[in-house]
Amino acid sequence: MATIRLEDLHKSFDDFVAVRNSNLTIESGSFFVLLGPSGCGKTTTLRMIAGLEMPTSGRILLDDDDVTFQRAAKRDIAFVFQLFALYPHMNVRKNLAYPLKCQGMPKLEIEARIAEVAALLRIEGILNHSVGRLAGGDRQRVALGRAIVRRPRAFLMDEPLGTLDAEFRDLMREELRQLHDRIGATTVYVTHDQVEAMSMGDGIAVMNRGEILQAGTPDEIYFNPSSMFVAGFIGSPPMNFLAGQGPLAPDSGGLQVNGAAVPIPHLADGIGHETVVLGARPEHVRLADDGPLRGNVYGIEYMGARQILTVDTTAGRMRVRAPHDARVAVGETVGLAFQTDALVVFDGASEQAVARLPQEGAHG
Amino acid sequence: MAEVVLDRVTKRFGETVAVDDLALTIADGEFVVLLGPTGAGKTTTLRLVAGLEKPDDGQIRIGGADMTEETPANRDTAFVFQQYSLYPHYSVYDNLAFPLRSPRSRWSNGEIKQKVTEIAGLLRITDKLSNRATQLSGGEMQRVAIGRALVRDPNIFLMDEPLSSLDAKLREDLRVELKRIQVDLGATILYVTHDQIEALTMADRIGVLDQGRLVQIGTPREVYETPATTYVALRLGSPQMNLLPVGAPGTQRAPSGAATIGIRPEGVRIGEGALNAVVRNIEHLGAETIVVVEAEGHQLHAYAPQGRSLRPGEETPIHIVDDWAHWFDAEGQRISVGR
Repeated sequence: MATIRLEDLHKSFDDFVAVRNSNLTIESGSFFVLLGPSGCGKTTTLRMIAGLEMPTSGRILLDDDDVTFQRAAKRDIAFVFQLFALYPHMNVRKNLAYPLKCQGMPKLEIEARIAEVAALLRIEGILNHSVGRLAGGDRQRVALGRAIVRRPRAFLMDEPLGTLDAEFRDLMREELRQLHDRIGATTVYVTHDQVEAMSMGDGIAVMNRGEILQAGTPDEIYFNPSSMFVAGFIGSPPMNFLAGQGPLAPDSGGLQVNGAAVPIPHLADGIGHETVVLGARPEHVRLADDGPLRGNVYGIEYMGARQILTVDTTAGRMRVRAPHDARVAVGETVGLAFQTDALVVFDGASEQAVARLPQEGAHG
Repeated sequence: MAEVVLDRVTKRFGETVAVDDLALTIADGEFVVLLGPTGAGKTTTLRLVAGLEKPDDGQIRIGGADMTEETPANRDTAFVFQQYSLYPHYSVYDNLAFPLRSPRSRWSNGEIKQKVTEIAGLLRITDKLSNRATQLSGGEMQRVAIGRALVRDPNIFLMDEPLSSLDAKLREDLRVELKRIQVDLGATILYVTHDQIEALTMADRIGVLDQGRLVQIGTPREVYETPATTYVALRLGSPQMNLLPVGAPGTQRAPSGAATIGIRPEGVRIGEGALNAVVRNIEHLGAETIVVVEAEGHQLHAYAPQGRSLRPGEETPIHIVDDWAHWFDAEGQRISVGR
């Protein structure tokens, strides 16, 4: 298994910059997710790692080998596409054997590899079935099996769950992640779905307009987003943004939001101008009669284990995550309070987050 | 708006019973969601109410009148399909106004304008009214399609997974909006979906369908908190309810006749209790962390306690909260126990 490094990777198509000077290290054996909206450059980045697209400038390293201009076939990387293409006239076993046959592998070894992969994916029972008759999940497993059977140095996956319905996607998410834990192969996974990224990734790079905006563990990105774009892209419902009144001193400990004083964490820097944005995730806002903000409940979404409230406040519409037994009604006026140490302060002009200073034992 | 009654309706296609002896009353002003997987009979039920299919047995009454043999036009229902179909050469305004300009309705231009403007405001597409339908994003097109139903004042709105083609963020917003609009207009809606979140968040009552049969109907809380069968229990909640055979850990208090215990993930406590378990998988979702733990060979989904980091392979005690236990017999039927 290999470490993948991108150094100043750049790709333009005529005037259009698809990927802009990207630097990224993907550790050997990790499951790494490239996340962003369509057109952000994530698939182009993946295709450059695969060797299906040549960069305009920069380098790609597999361990310490420079593979930037190596042919795709030489890189020993397996690509799993969004739509699983299987050979319809072959049965499952032959579909799995085909890539090995092409390499000229002896028959006995092929048999052994297939047995191993079939056990790993739990498809031993369908090896002799024709692929045309397979259910969606089994097709997916066979397609994965065809990638795994080669024992490549890395797997690249482009939205492999994109076409599945929601229920099945939940199941396959867990299955893919557990499979990764069993084989431990470096995996680069492209998606626009933040739930997939959060739940499966050891690391995530959030991309927009060809740029990597932030790379880190799911927790780092969720709790310490570097910009409003990242903060808004991750999380469901997304982070609430409230307009605050600057300027703001680093140790002010409070921010004026529409006339209300909201306690905030101490910051590494101040903000010298007027536009300050307060970011609060729905689970960091709670119903509290004595809270600094008041609002009117616009909608209640009961979800079994929890409720999501939509509250119209004087500072704008907010989403609040409440316990399943919270007693509240549409039209009611409620007070809202914040979990201070989890709030994120953004410079409203640059839309960049200002780093928090760690607080001692602070909660709520 | 009117009350709609399906009185023991059955519909067969050849050997297949698509809708099986379905009895359902949608009260005037009520939002009923039919939930089920593909092939459960959801869409057929909608089509039966609309008059696009004829039942083999049973009666359909709208506003007290027997409509079983009536044409779709005479039933006065408004259908919103999964795939929005707009007139591409018309503007958004004309698409919305179209149903009001039909020879059957007698609306003046002034009245039409007022109605279209009102609905466009509700759906937040006022600034798109002069756009051509083809110049809209997918989400906007679907809002226009819903709006085209809402401009009318039909007996009932019939909606077939209208949000399923939208991206996640837009779906979240439209869920809240659609529920709010329904309450404000006092609209009667029969809505079908396979998405349990849509059902839980919007419905006054959820009807759960399994192979054409209505297995349970009740408020979202009733259906979530007291599922009538294991089938219903598994359809609501994500992660799904944990189902374990009696004899597995935590099932000492099984009532007689019980074959299965069901525990929702929120009923499994991590880091306390007397059962030994091993952490198998961890999903960090930000607002919550879902863990899979294994105890005595059984895997359970649970929520990780706040502020505690777990690792795969780690051993931890777990506790199954008695109040959260659901009991089912060998046929998967709920066994009621006093709480």
